[in-house]
Amino acid sequence: MATNQDTKMKNGPAAAALLAGGIGALAYGIFIILSEGVESIGHALNWYNPSGNLSGKSTMMVIVWLASWAFLNNKWKDTDVDFEKIATIALSLLVIGVLLTVPPVFDFFINLF
Amino acid sequence: MEVTFRESWGIIHGMVFGALFLLSFSGGLLALYGLRPDWMTTRGLGEAATKLKVWVWSMAIIAWGTVLTGTYIVYPWYRAKPPEGTTNLAAYPRSFLLANPGAAGWHSFGMEWKEHIAWLAPVAATIVAYVVSKYGTELAEQPQIRKAITWFLVITFVTAAVAGLLGALITKAAPVL
Repeated sequence: MATNQDTKMKNGPAAAALLAGGIGALAYGIFIILSEGVESIGHALNWYNPSGNLSGKSTMMVIVWLASWAFLNNKWKDTDVDFEKIATIALSLLVIGVLLTVPPVFDFFINLF
Repeated sequence: MEVTFRESWGIIHGMVFGALFLLSFSGGLLALYGLRPDWMTTRGLGEAATKLKVWVWSMAIIAWGTVLTGTYIVYPWYRAKPPEGTTNLAAYPRSFLLANPGAAGWHSFGMEWKEHIAWLAPVAATIVAYVVSKYGTELAEQPQIRKAITWFLVITFVTAAVAGLLGALITKAAPVL
């Protein structure tokens, strides 16, 4: 007899999506610090001159996010994972990513160079 | 009364998408909150999940529309460099703000924060939309997932609200004409 536990969808795909978002947000924060703090990286991320290096760092964030999502989803698509732990990590990374967009915060890290 | 071509894009980017985003966020949050098995019949859950999908995908699409029009249409006008010797900087908002010590913070803090934080909204919104589509009515049976995506939904709103508020204030100080 099938139990509720048997028919319940695996939580791996949700965990993969959330964690990939956290990884993308953290990567974005790092790209912001590097592009604002290191001139050569700022130039390298200037993919569309009218928008400046915002074009490169935002696109790089999207690439990191989607690549990590594809990787994690492939790994967890048919499994149950420790969802609470992964969701907490994902949410923490997302909040760190949000904080790293605040100019005094990313300036603090730039000044550490 | 006149609205320039650039101002009309600013209106689409800020006010049209902004209003639609608020509407879809409110609908999505309420639908997600109400997706509980003890509150609904099986048929009710199915209908609620369908509405939730419409709200959250609308929110994600609107968020992408907002950042793409902002980054690639409106922002280049904002940051355009004035030709050498230009004295009237009204058509160059970034330069106008930076030339006025009392207003420079609107660029160095306001726009710097806005341009960066805005990009997190469509990412978080897309994740919420994907999870809602993938799990549908099962979200009612998986409170951990529902709780996690509610947090992502709230962060989507916070990031968009910060960007929207700063955008409105910067436009008041130095409109893109």
